[in-house]
Amino acid sequence: MNMICIMCPMGCPLTVEENNGVITVQGHTCPRGKKYGEQEFTAPVRVLTTLVKRADGGMASAKTSGPIPKDKVREAAECVGKIVVSADVKIGDIIEENFYADGVNLVITGVAQ
Amino acid sequence: MTKRYDVVVIGGGPAGMAAALSAFEKGAKVLIVERDVRLGGILNQCIHNGFGLHYIGEELTGPEYADRFVKLVESKHIDVMLESMVLRLTADRKVEILCPQGYVTVEAGAVVLAMGCRERTAGAIAVPGTRPAGVYTAGMAQKLCNMKGYLVGKKVVILGSGDIGLIMARRMTLEGAEVELVLELMPYSSGLKRNIVQCLNDYDIPIKYAHTITRLVGSPRLTGLYYAPVDENRNPILEQEQYVECDTLLLSVGLIPENDLLNGLDVEMSPITSGAVVDQNRMTSLEGVFSCGNVLHVHDLVDNVSREAEIAGASAADYAMGALKSGDTISVKAVDGVRYALPQRIAKGNEGKVDVYFRVGDVYKGKRIVVEVDGKEVYSRKTLILAPGEMEKITLTRADITGDVTVRLV
Amino acid sequence: MKIYDCIVIGGGVVGTAVLDRLARYDIATLLLEKDDDVSVGATRANSGIVHAGYDCKPGTLKAKFNVRGNQLMWPLVEELDVPHLKCGSLVVADESGRDGIDELYNKGVANGVDVEVFDGVKTHEFEPNLSDSIKWSLYAKEAGIVSPYQLCIALADRACLNGAEIRLEEEVVALAQDGALWTVTTNGGEYKAKTVVNCAGAFGADVNDMAGAEHYDTTFRKGEYYVLDNTERQNIQTVIFPLPTSAGKGILVAPTADGNVIYGPTSSLCDEGDVAVTLDGLADIRKNVAKTYRNPVVRKCIRTYAGVRTIIGDDFVIGKSKVVPNFVMAIGICSPGLSSAPAIAEYVEGLVCEGKTQKENCVTTMPRVNRLSEVDGDTLNALIKEDEAWGRIVCRCEKVSEAEIVRAIHSPLPAKTVDAVKRRVRAGMGRCQGGFCATRVMEILSRELDLPITEIRKGRSGSNIALYSVKEVPND
Repeated sequence: MNMICIMCPMGCPLTVEENNGVITVQGHTCPRGKKYGEQEFTAPVRVLTTLVKRADGGMASAKTSGPIPKDKVREAAECVGKIVVSADVKIGDIIEENFYADGVNLVITGVAQ
Repeated sequence: MTKRYDVVVIGGGPAGMAAALSAFEKGAKVLIVERDVRLGGILNQCIHNGFGLHYIGEELTGPEYADRFVKLVESKHIDVMLESMVLRLTADRKVEILCPQGYVTVEAGAVVLAMGCRERTAGAIAVPGTRPAGVYTAGMAQKLCNMKGYLVGKKVVILGSGDIGLIMARRMTLEGAEVELVLELMPYSSGLKRNIVQCLNDYDIPIKYAHTITRLVGSPRLTGLYYAPVDENRNPILEQEQYVECDTLLLSVGLIPENDLLNGLDVEMSPITSGAVVDQNRMTSLEGVFSCGNVLHVHDLVDNVSREAEIAGASAADYAMGALKSGDTISVKAVDGVRYALPQRIAKGNEGKVDVYFRVGDVYKGKRIVVEVDGKEVYSRKTLILAPGEMEKITLTRADITGDVTVRLV
Repeated sequence: MKIYDCIVIGGGVVGTAVLDRLARYDIATLLLEKDDDVSVGATRANSGIVHAGYDCKPGTLKAKFNVRGNQLMWPLVEELDVPHLKCGSLVVADESGRDGIDELYNKGVANGVDVEVFDGVKTHEFEPNLSDSIKWSLYAKEAGIVSPYQLCIALADRACLNGAEIRLEEEVVALAQDGALWTVTTNGGEYKAKTVVNCAGAFGADVNDMAGAEHYDTTFRKGEYYVLDNTERQNIQTVIFPLPTSAGKGILVAPTADGNVIYGPTSSLCDEGDVAVTLDGLADIRKNVAKTYRNPVVRKCIRTYAGVRTIIGDDFVIGKSKVVPNFVMAIGICSPGLSSAPAIAEYVEGLVCEGKTQKENCVTTMPRVNRLSEVDGDTLNALIKEDEAWGRIVCRCEKVSEAEIVRAIHSPLPAKTVDAVKRRVRAGMGRCQGGFCATRVMEILSRELDLPITEIRKGRSGSNIALYSVKEVPND
């Protein structure tokens, strides 16, 4: 698996492979790069930031309070698209608990005016 | 009767709020003048995360980062004027403000400029072809999407790899648009690596370096565009022109500090940063006028904006209350691959340390950052990589700064 | 069905100038414009220069109407409160151009234009930023600049106030004459008129063909421009032309009535309606501006644009058709069309309104409007007291208040699109090109016209700015 390391502006091109349960990272310049390669290879995760509709037609922004599996991000975004929150939501309000990952909540981050 | 404040902060975004707070902590009577209906500035439309890791120690979204400061401002005796636009600033620091309550003049002991920046437009870079609907700056599309709830189009090309453009590539993809292509004139990205990976690569959006648009097609709405690789002089190689269908073009081709308010005032400006030339207190060449944040120079991290604004706000308060005198300064020069260094001047003094921020003009690998004072090396650091998109910081000991300072790459 | 005394086809500066004249008579008049606003063809995209009239071939319609048009223009723009400046013009030449300057001077004298030859010293005193190679110039003090679209819009507004009708987005598709009556068919309906005036600009020859009038072949020439930031305005005093060639007046450097500076136009053959800016055209401008102007600053560009000149033979085509009755033509109006428009209108008025009486109490002087960018503090406070929208700035680059935008949306010929607002009050015309204010203008249009944001257009039909509501994007 090929990827670009994002730990610093170097952007080292990494090659990560698994042989008999042993993960090897090649192409990194520093230990942070090795760790990044291993994480991205075994369980890549992302924080989703997106919009939810308010009942009054306006918008509120939302995020997952922690990372969720990378391959679930699109599905999660589509799911958020169907949610309508009340008109008086505030920053920090939890919209859904355990959202696509245990212990991760979908949280309001801002309210557009 | 004309109102008087120790410190008037022009702009209520991250820079303005941090400056106001630090001025207030120094005991100054502070006013923030904000043109929008709320504080927070552009952060309010930046609903992605990545803010505050350095300054707050948490990874926040833009509105959350702004909210931390808004709550602090609201908890202090800091006056805030919203929907208020400064139309004129005079050399003796009279601030003329237009707001729905009237046209008022406020006298300021010190002024902090914190007006932010604007985006370079399709007009400014003279994109050839038709001038249809569907061509917007990435920030305008971001505002329409995140603040107003409208998607400008569905089949998108992005010119320029500035961070807002990359962020909007992901944003529009998640809202159901298809981002066909990102074109970048330079052989490298001006955005953060993380954004290239998480906003483009994650969604299989191709980016073509050293490419530009040769012609927009379509009227009244954009229907497509031609693009081509560029040669070493950045001129398009028309024989290799290709076409891509799209209904939207977003531009993320640079930010320009919005210093229009200084037109006609005798403020020394830097042609490189398009901001004022400042000393280590962020005071401009006009006594009592300070500058910070993106109106001073364009930052890539809001955390640095907040830090810089704290310096400007505290210094402005000191100045207004007579605790800061201007004196002889030493100049800081950027040479040999360093595009600019800021502050450009440092007042003579012995105590403490001073941070110098700088940007390089190209991608450099394995270079050494060297600072010389009167030709003598006082600082040196080896680097793996330096890129124009990432602001660098070096900390100098003031006792070392006995003469003119030069920052260079070796 | 209502029978109009006169239908004017085309809402460019010629059509609206004609309508404005006709509207003062006790007759029923209608103007049909295919686009979403008046002024959006060649009127929108030219140099905005009121030529003095020295370079037209003596004896031509161009010479006659330009010189007369110039005389009428200056009082007209005062009456209409249209931005303008009688800044004069200079045709500049290097040492080898002395003969060319003399030739122009002689034409100017023949045309009855006040012209003067300046030597190098006087030329450089007058315009300090000319290239050092410039040694001679021809000065015409009657020349100047106007905002061409604002002139056209003001003419349309005054015509409306005087009772004329304007129908936008109505394209004429057929013309038929039955006895003394024309039937004008558009995409939107059918109209009857005694007389038709063809001011259809690029489509003038097509309208002639529809009417069965004289057939003309048309060629089109594109003119491309750079628009520079208003901070560049201080470096230039007057309109600077190079010596003209057979291809036209050449690449000029000129202030605009809106406070910017333009470089252009190019002159290349093109198809009708091709207003795309080209890499070659822009390169041509950069190369040629440097010949007359010492310090071109293309990096201060805020916008580029292109317009199309409609050319029929060597001269304007103005007058009654000799083939069909009650059909008046004002077509082939390329340069100096803007300068000539007031005189063309005066002439057409003579043809159409002979023997008719003028109405009493016509609006002649348009009421002065306040502009945030112009009023002093006390006036501003008085305005805000009346309407707090005066205290709400929308376009920060050009200093335009919400009140001015609302006024434009409810003006006699209402602004219904973002570009129509921009042409009337300059919101979005500055250095950020609407990056900040377009969203606000869209919201104000949406509120005032009671339209959803997704229906707000940049300009003509199909130019909607935001296509979808978030979370309601169709899957396809």
